Amino acid sequence: MTAAGPAPGATTGGGRTVPRSALLVGAVALLAVVAVLSVGVGARAVPPAEVVRALLDHQGTDDHVIVRDVRAPRALLAVAVGAALAVAGALIQTLARNPLAEPGILGVTAGAGFAITLGSALGLAAGQAGELLFSVLGSVAAALLVAAVGRRSPLRLVLTGVALTAVLSGVGLGLRLVLPDVFDAYRFWSVGSLAAREQAPLALPLTAIGLALLGALLLSRALNALTLGESVAHTLGAGVHRVRAAALVLITVLSGAATAVAGPILFVGLIVPHLARRPAGGSVPWLLLYTMVLGPILLLVADVGSRVLLPTGEVPVAIVTAFLGGPMLIWAVRRYGAGAL
Amino acid sequence: MTARLAARDITLRYGDRVVSTRLSLDVPDRAFTAIVGPNACGKSTLLRAFVRLLRPGAGRVELDGREVAGYPTKALARELGFLPQDPLAPDDIRVRQLVRRGRFPHQSLVAMWSPRDEAAVAAALAAAGVADLADRPVQELSGGQRQRVWMAMVLAQQTPYLLLDEPTSFLDITHQYQLLGLLARLRDAGHTVIAVLHDINQACRFADHLVAMKGGRVVAEGVPADVVDAALVTEVFDLPSVIVPDPVTGTPMVVPTLQGE
Repeated sequence: MTAAGPAPGATTGGGRTVPRSALLVGAVALLAVVAVLSVGVGARAVPPAEVVRALLDHQGTDDHVIVRDVRAPRALLAVAVGAALAVAGALIQTLARNPLAEPGILGVTAGAGFAITLGSALGLAAGQAGELLFSVLGSVAAALLVAAVGRRSPLRLVLTGVALTAVLSGVGLGLRLVLPDVFDAYRFWSVGSLAAREQAPLALPLTAIGLALLGALLLSRALNALTLGESVAHTLGAGVHRVRAAALVLITVLSGAATAVAGPILFVGLIVPHLARRPAGGSVPWLLLYTMVLGPILLLVADVGSRVLLPTGEVPVAIVTAFLGGPMLIWAVRRYGAGAL
Repeated sequence: MTARLAARDITLRYGDRVVSTRLSLDVPDRAFTAIVGPNACGKSTLLRAFVRLLRPGAGRVELDGREVAGYPTKALARELGFLPQDPLAPDDIRVRQLVRRGRFPHQSLVAMWSPRDEAAVAAALAAAGVADLADRPVQELSGGQRQRVWMAMVLAQQTPYLLLDEPTSFLDITHQYQLLGLLARLRDAGHTVIAVLHDINQACRFADHLVAMKGGRVVAEGVPADVVDAALVTEVFDLPSVIVPDPVTGTPMVVPTLQGE
């Protein structure tokens, strides 16, 4: 091999012509545009200029109240949940070295669903605060169990998560079949949605998500080392067990908090990391930064769709993400080949 | 001979399978040590114990008289660089990005990329002869190029010690000699090199210190010319041979007498 390497920035087989930072700035700008649009769109349309005015110079008009008290919190929720699910997905895919891993694979979603079922069967999980509490308890308990059994290797982790998910879903389904009232309560929770969630006590879950996102960025360099294999990571000074445990805690907090406030929203955690992987070029810090911006964009767009698709009312956002997510995954596979996965 | 790195009476095991019992070895400083022996003789296991990938059941691995188990992970990673047999490169990663990961033990949780890191990466790329590949995706490279890129990653770690587990295994013969030449130059530059090697003739030619292992024990160690004879080769490899001087370097060369009967 005598061929000289191409000049920096030149297009090669992999093709990276735009600097990663420029791409990130562009994505953030897109996120800002989508956020403003999402606040304006709905049963009562508010023009973008009015949206900005409502946030900066509140006059107390109907439009301003809608923006400030309903739509802006909902958009914030979408941003937080989208970022949390997408980053949790990027973390679990990195950790498990498996492109099909998604946050639910740790049993977090099934744990939350089972806890809600159990809570309403016992008559305890009434109201949004009750659902939130049970959902958090359920996801944390499930994640702890899976981590305790499977922490030795990524494969064991995934298998344990899948097994626990199957058991919890089965038992939960049994309970719901026997108790129709419980089924009704669960039915509404089980289709993830951002509608009317803005009134729930959100300060704590949103703070938890913010801190966990920060933690993920701090951990990202050690995860970079871990992608080179356990032996290399170890001898680079990244304590493999500690890094893995920290990542599991972050995944649990992120997906647990997101599931608690919005119910199960599938696909965001699976798709977004795939879209971000190629531009990130094998770097975990960049992967996390991109997913942190793309996740919110996807969920905001899906949320807008959930409000305008049906003339009569709202489609739960999880249904929209599923509709968007399936084709996007197929597109990613065709565009980048299975290697992108 | 001085030795900062040493194994003292270590017992090594994977689960219930004992690989070595009460093994001791001093690694001479600033020399090229080659460890040879048949498959499953415990040579890779010993290397893994030196870099703390495997903790001895008994005994100690010491660096400067202090047990390596007691070192903070990053502090040890600034002393001992290690290249396993089959390291994993993430898809899509480019050579420079891979080599930059060698700087991990020199960085703190929040520190930004520093000019010192940049200089170390540039020096490592140059020393391993892969500077012209820096912007290529690792996946596109040949086996020989890839191995030199991994060497650059370990060199970016800037460790006095370089421990390599069969670094020539998957290379064609030209690249094998190029890599061994690189290791000899790194030794000349002041590194202590410890490599598990398959080929005893290559070990004799390039190493200052040869360690022959069998069944988890060190059978012989010393300057290759002093320790390699037909009896040793029979004992270690169970192979009848004659030893002749290497026509190029004069170091011992093992010529098996087995002729396919």
